[in-house]
Amino acid sequence: MTAYLIRRLVQAVLILLGVSLITFFLLYALPADPVRQIAGRSATAETVENIRRQLGLDQPFVVQYWRYLTGLVQGDLGRSYLQKTDVSTLIAARLPATLLLMAGAIFCELMLGLTMGIIAALRRGTTTDNALMITSFIGVSAPQFVVGLLLLYVFAVKLGWFPIGGYGTFAHMVLPSITLGILGSGWYSRMMRSSMIDVLRQDYIRTARAKGLSRRRILLRHALPNAILPIVAMIGIDIGIFMGGIVVVESVFGWPGIGQLAWQAIQRVDIPIIMGVTLVSACAIVLGNLLADVVTPFIDPRIRVR
Amino acid sequence: MTALAEKRSGAMAAPEQETVLSVEGLTISVRTEAGLRPLVSDMSFTLGRGQTLAIAGESGSGKSITSLAIMGLLPPPAVRVTGGRILLGQTDLTALNDEAMQDIRGNRIAMIFQEPMTSLNPVMTIGRQLTEAIEAHESMSAVEARSRALDALRAVRISEPERRLRQYPHELSGGMRQRVMIAMALALRPDVLIADEPTTALDVTVQREVLDLLRDLQRDLGTAIILITHDMGVVAEMADHVIVMQSGRMVEQGSVEQVFAAPAEDYTRALLAAVPRMGRGAATPAAPRASQPPVARLSDVEVTFDLRSGLLGRVTHHVHAVAGVSFDIRKGETFALVGESGCGKSTIARAMAGLVPFRGGIEIGGKRVDGTRADLLATRREAQLVFQDPMAALDPRMRVGDLVAEPLVIHRIGTPESRRAKVFDLFERVGLTREHVDRYPHEFSGGQRQRICIARALALDPKLIIADESVSALDVSVQARVLDLLKSLKDEFGVSYLFISHDMAVVENIADRVAVMYLGQIVEMGSRAQVFGSPIHPYTRRLIDAVPVPDPRHQRKPLERLATEVPSPVRRVGDSPARLPLRNVGDGHLVVDWQQDGIPT
Repeated sequence: MTAYLIRRLVQAVLILLGVSLITFFLLYALPADPVRQIAGRSATAETVENIRRQLGLDQPFVVQYWRYLTGLVQGDLGRSYLQKTDVSTLIAARLPATLLLMAGAIFCELMLGLTMGIIAALRRGTTTDNALMITSFIGVSAPQFVVGLLLLYVFAVKLGWFPIGGYGTFAHMVLPSITLGILGSGWYSRMMRSSMIDVLRQDYIRTARAKGLSRRRILLRHALPNAILPIVAMIGIDIGIFMGGIVVVESVFGWPGIGQLAWQAIQRVDIPIIMGVTLVSACAIVLGNLLADVVTPFIDPRIRVR
Repeated sequence: MTALAEKRSGAMAAPEQETVLSVEGLTISVRTEAGLRPLVSDMSFTLGRGQTLAIAGESGSGKSITSLAIMGLLPPPAVRVTGGRILLGQTDLTALNDEAMQDIRGNRIAMIFQEPMTSLNPVMTIGRQLTEAIEAHESMSAVEARSRALDALRAVRISEPERRLRQYPHELSGGMRQRVMIAMALALRPDVLIADEPTTALDVTVQREVLDLLRDLQRDLGTAIILITHDMGVVAEMADHVIVMQSGRMVEQGSVEQVFAAPAEDYTRALLAAVPRMGRGAATPAAPRASQPPVARLSDVEVTFDLRSGLLGRVTHHVHAVAGVSFDIRKGETFALVGESGCGKSTIARAMAGLVPFRGGIEIGGKRVDGTRADLLATRREAQLVFQDPMAALDPRMRVGDLVAEPLVIHRIGTPESRRAKVFDLFERVGLTREHVDRYPHEFSGGQRQRICIARALALDPKLIIADESVSALDVSVQARVLDLLKSLKDEFGVSYLFISHDMAVVENIADRVAVMYLGQIVEMGSRAQVFGSPIHPYTRRLIDAVPVPDPRHQRKPLERLATEVPSPVRRVGDSPARLPLRNVGDGHLVVDWQQDGIPT
């Protein structure tokens, strides 16, 4: 297990290196000029060049990237061009909010998705099954800003059950978590349905029935642990999908997380922040996958390393 | 007197046995768009305490559906009982709802299934699965349930029962898993045990042990057994009564002696005639054709697979699948490789077809197989494969005519017209018609599909056809016809066969020469008459003795039980298995010395 973890961590470092290189190059090749954003429209050509030299943006790509990388290994993500603060400080301040939102979203999508999937599998071919699958299809295809605005309008504006936006209490969390979770719940319900149908067909389920176990016990003790295995692997990948959604959802609900930070930075070509958020997201995806791989052997003894 | 004979005489002395289960006019139907279609019609029988009833028949005869109906496990809602009664004591099981059936299942009627590899839940320990079955029907503490589970495992003669409780199914061999299934079924001492093809997926020596075990447990517990099987040998050995089924109907029923000695119905006679029997081929020596050059020659072939572990993924162990095998296949000869699962027989086939890397020499049609791309094309022109599962071997989206023509296309032989003509010709040679050419694989029966596979193998006029368990998945009557086809094609095309099988009776009926494999090596090799007529190596004898004989009068001496499982072919790097030299004991009959090979005599 230790050897396996070390191997995976080495892989993770290589992935992050690759991500940083590609992102850095894309931002370098961007036609928008960050210096113009900092200097403002009325600045003279001389001021612009000064700022460019100060930031090192006049250097060739390889030099710029090397500087960024040497900073990175020392834990330095650089300074924001516009906010004049360390990127690591900015991200650290906003990360807890994002993690909280993600936890809420994962909870929502699992609760909704797995329940829908299991019910659909048990009632397959019936109207209930069809209705649930159409619902999940809508969940998968509806854009998050539409879902978010719709939920805001109905539950915050019209019914007044939840605050319209912001951060602080449990009530603030509900709508953004659901908005972010609905997409995933659509996927999960479909995966869970097919996984469950597959498991219910297995010989060991027939054995369990032949033992005279109750339906409930067969479902909870025999079918569910087997059906959930592919889902666990999926949760790791899911964190990546969340990162895209977080930018949208945090903007719609005014949630002070790194998604909002990224959105503002993109509008103002604040390259160090964009780099920082991208790397943090990449880290989250890599860790999410690693976590899924570490958890799976606890459920599935067949892949336990002896 | 053997246990079997004792039980039989006991049964005869007390014919008025207490009836535990009786089935009266049972009809099971499936709902289709065209209305209800019966799968089983008007089935009736009674089962006495301690009795064994065999329900025999080929696939699709309705024998498994009958057993599922008794268990109340028919797949709802399409399939259900539409007539008749199933009486367990005084209770009509067809009238019970699912909750009431839960009390019966596992408690009064238990069942074991064909596929031990998939019948246990992979993510639960053996112990948990056993205690769960016990706790479902009797209220007791966890400690009591565990000790009951342990008793059950001891009763099925499993080694190290305490350790097994903590293990997961994938850590156990197929034979051990089937013992666990039996332990689970018998832990609560049910009145009736339904065994649906309980030994079909097992090796023949393991089958022998499981059958002996079932018989001993039945004698001790007085359980009535319904044995569902396609194997007439198993029927003859185990059953008191037999029901022969065909397409959902009872064709014949009676005592086992009566049905085997004097079958009343044509179908039963045909079924019994198709069963491959041991001891027929041994008498007729094959014509030796040693003067011809060999079609294939293997010299000291070795196949190992790497097992990696550690931080850098270094190779620490090798699986020695094939450990130094040499033999020749002569022109027009059927050379059989027999052995139990994991002995390396299929790996040899794959090495010969260039599908796995090997060391040593393989020559086919005088050309050395070396694994390069050009060589693969050349090799496959000379040697073609026919596999076990004809459905899996045919692309479901291609027409069968195109499948048969495909080898010609790959090897750029002929024009579309000439290929079409060749396909027509091949279809007729294997007993199909021209009209079949444009159909898809799912429109054919299992036997017809295997004929298509054989036609495809013949398309390139190969010198050698490697038949890897090619008739094992077929019903006996179909199997007999496919074997006849293989024999006639051999004479017609002058092709040689490498016939790989676990079925000793089939091998005895088709092979000219036989090699017996054990743990990656050949332990005995010779003509059919030599190996089957005067087997020398104890493993060969054990294999031959273990085959069930389709004759209820046959007196079997109980097979000695092995204390250990088959040794593992996994060894540390550098620790290669000892090569066992073959010694000629006369006229080309080769045997290894067995004092040194670890097989108990």
